[in-house]
Amino acid sequence: MNLILKVWRQSSRDDKGRIETYPISDISPDMSFLEMMDVLNEKLISKGIDPVSFDHDCREGICGMCSMFINGEAHGPDRLVTTCQLHMRKFKDGETIIIEPFRAKAFPVIKDLVVDRSAFDRIQQAGGFISVNTSGNTQDANAIPINKQDADKAFDAAICIGCGACVASCKNASAMLFVSAKVSQYSLLPQGKVEATDRVLNMVKQMDEEGFGNCTNTGACEVECPKGISLENIARMNREYLFASFKG
Amino acid sequence: MSNLISGIPDGPLSDKWTKHKSDINLVSPANKRLIDIIVVGSGLAGASASATLAELGYNVKTFCFQDSPRRAHSIAAQGGINAAKNYQGDGDSTYRLFYDTIKGGDYRSREANVYRLAEVSTNIIDQCVAQGVPFARDYGGLLDNRSFGGVLVSRTFYAKGQTGQQLLLGAYSAMNRQIGRGQIKMYNRHEMMDLVLIDGKARGIIAKNLVTGKLERHGAHAVVIASGGYGNVFFLSTNAMGSNVSAIWKIHKKGAHFANPCFTQIHPTCIPVSGDYQSKLTLMSESLRNDGRIWVPKNIEDVKLIREGKLKPIEIDEENRDYYLERRYPAFGNLVPRDVASRAAKERCDEGFGINKTGEAVYLDFSSAIIRYGKEKAYVKGLDENDDLLVKKLGQAVIRSKYGNLFQMYEKIVDQNPYETPMMIYPAVHYTMGGVWVDYNLMTSIPGCYAIGEANFSDHGANRLGASALMQGLADGYFVLPYTIGDYLSDDIRTGKISTDQPEFEKAEKSIESQINLFINNKGKNSVDYYHKKLGKIMWDKCGMSRNEKGLREAIKEIQDLREDFYKNVNVPGSSDEYNEELAKAGRVSDFLELGELFAKDGLERTESCGGHFREESKNSEGEAVRDDKNFTYVSAWEYNGEPSKAKLIKEKLNFEEIEVKTRSYK
Repeated sequence: MNLILKVWRQSSRDDKGRIETYPISDISPDMSFLEMMDVLNEKLISKGIDPVSFDHDCREGICGMCSMFINGEAHGPDRLVTTCQLHMRKFKDGETIIIEPFRAKAFPVIKDLVVDRSAFDRIQQAGGFISVNTSGNTQDANAIPINKQDADKAFDAAICIGCGACVASCKNASAMLFVSAKVSQYSLLPQGKVEATDRVLNMVKQMDEEGFGNCTNTGACEVECPKGISLENIARMNREYLFASFKG
Repeated sequence: MSNLISGIPDGPLSDKWTKHKSDINLVSPANKRLIDIIVVGSGLAGASASATLAELGYNVKTFCFQDSPRRAHSIAAQGGINAAKNYQGDGDSTYRLFYDTIKGGDYRSREANVYRLAEVSTNIIDQCVAQGVPFARDYGGLLDNRSFGGVLVSRTFYAKGQTGQQLLLGAYSAMNRQIGRGQIKMYNRHEMMDLVLIDGKARGIIAKNLVTGKLERHGAHAVVIASGGYGNVFFLSTNAMGSNVSAIWKIHKKGAHFANPCFTQIHPTCIPVSGDYQSKLTLMSESLRNDGRIWVPKNIEDVKLIREGKLKPIEIDEENRDYYLERRYPAFGNLVPRDVASRAAKERCDEGFGINKTGEAVYLDFSSAIIRYGKEKAYVKGLDENDDLLVKKLGQAVIRSKYGNLFQMYEKIVDQNPYETPMMIYPAVHYTMGGVWVDYNLMTSIPGCYAIGEANFSDHGANRLGASALMQGLADGYFVLPYTIGDYLSDDIRTGKISTDQPEFEKAEKSIESQINLFINNKGKNSVDYYHKKLGKIMWDKCGMSRNEKGLREAIKEIQDLREDFYKNVNVPGSSDEYNEELAKAGRVSDFLELGELFAKDGLERTESCGGHFREESKNSEGEAVRDDKNFTYVSAWEYNGEPSKAKLIKEKLNFEEIEVKTRSYK
């Protein structure tokens, strides 16, 4: 395959940034998108051009490190995959591909396609946990039976990989899908109910402070989420929040 | 420094850990506030240790090279975590988990460490459930289990195919709570560049901020290394792209002995290599072998037709398939341990029965399980068990609920539907049992420097059983290190803050600066990846699934030459004061180029076959591995002496008091 790549280049946070065009040839349809980027970088290095910086690590769709906005979609055109799982067979020979970083006020660009998503960490630090110390004296794991349906729903929320595709896809750069997934996981489990009120209030407060936008229920986040996290979680968090606000 | 004191407590095996905990020194809550601990790495071991040490009241600084601690590669572990809960009532016990692990490790691990691991395994599950880890449950609301290779019970707890993710997020949430309280200071996108020793004790590290390129000095009373394994020395492995040996290699060069470097796990079920551009390999969880049957065609003609695309695997009749694991190992069948399954696949492919274009792939087939589950469901629902289409549909739904994400992952990579056609798999490098030598307290041979999780060598011997890596990472981090580190730190309550203005920090920082400048100014002709790929090829061809004297000697020479060439001709673009991934890679590859040589040297010295280490000179007439207990019942700990070729071997003899050492058989 031969392709034209239009890639966002930005040397540092303060640089204005611009799109550069790189034609690339002999790409195998079985390559992953990031392997195609590796090939590009090898070529750039051999020509004395700085390689394109991008975040990546596990390359199997679970660490959540890779990002990239490809042809206007977070993680590119395929559904339920991260960029590292996207394969070149999803593109046509001769196609022009536009590659940009995830864009949001709360995700400043570090370099090229690498962005700073530490806002997500800070939201979790505000309340995304159950307060239990390691002691070896917690009660037996089977002491509280948990309804399978609830356990499965908690799991479905818990598989969020924290990549930020929801924020990048949202016209308001809202982080509601991410935050609601964590709130839901804990609110569905008996262990998490004890701190439910404080958790949702603190996490939402931190989310607002980080500069994420509001949710207007357009649902783009759900469509682009590589793990298929459901909008239901946002509804659940809104209920939790409303309840906590009256109670708290 | 050449003496290895493992510090295993006296007394009966089952009482050692309890007794040891009562005997060791403690640090009072008031004094813990005066003590700083550095943790390098934020995977299961690093995150659980950071959280627990902070809960105890120590001041913790944790470092990871990723943009968030949640991204450490423990996140990618799929299948599950073992614990001797015996919830299934199938005869499991602490002793049985201990026995299976020692036997699975081919009698090359320490009895006392492994027993402790089995003992604390049950606490891990309780702890994780209390944290809100959503393990799989049955309809009664209780925890579900499945079975893994090399054992005859169901003791593996799981969260679909994302167990590592859920456990890591649990430990990460415990860390977040402490970060929020200011008890842990987290350094994301930071890489440890060297360990700083003062008066022979670990007193800090030099770290590099990967965003700004700045070097930073960090002092502490103890340093815990939890940086994982070094499988990426093979370039292609199931490890993450950033996984590296650097932290443990740096401490090795500062005096920590490196144990059993050649003990590597080659995992039997990975997606085969598809081309030269390949950057990494993807694992298909061992849990799939609960329901998948491994086979190749019986007739070489069928193999040829398949490769030419003229025959489909589903068109081959039962009697023309060779389920070689079931044939060779009737007792364990498809659930033999990983080293055995990998070698068996290699044997068939070497004989020409590999079923893809490269000749390096075998089938993992779910059709029997789909029919079995489908019939079961049809019966339960009162539907027609003889309706093939219905049975298939019901069976596929069961398989989807158990392994859905793995099947999806496979389909995205290979572009084939594994519900309809068997998966193609081949062994790949996955885990390293070798690592930093540690004593019973998990301290390395450098006082005050600890190694936990995959970074150390202690629990898995020459082969690790499935679902035991997660168990060990969390056991070390939650339940072992937080106790044992107090024994050392109790002497440090009057030391006071460690100043980073000392000449030792200055010296370490200068030497890192000069290496960075060397890379940046080299302006050679080859990229870093060029060298990494070359090294990987040498390792895979000569230090891979089977090894022999000639190959290992060649590997040593070739790696030495490659290293020389690397320093002459490597090209690192950009500068040192910016985000520069090529520069970070250059540092990591330079360490792999040294470790690779020690790896081959260790493999050469150990002329027996054991676990994942298969020496072609040491096998029986059936091709099975032959151990040499008389000459090799020891841990090979290597002491650094200026360069890998001069490393000195120190042997820690392994004593088996409880277990009778036998030939490992899964027949």
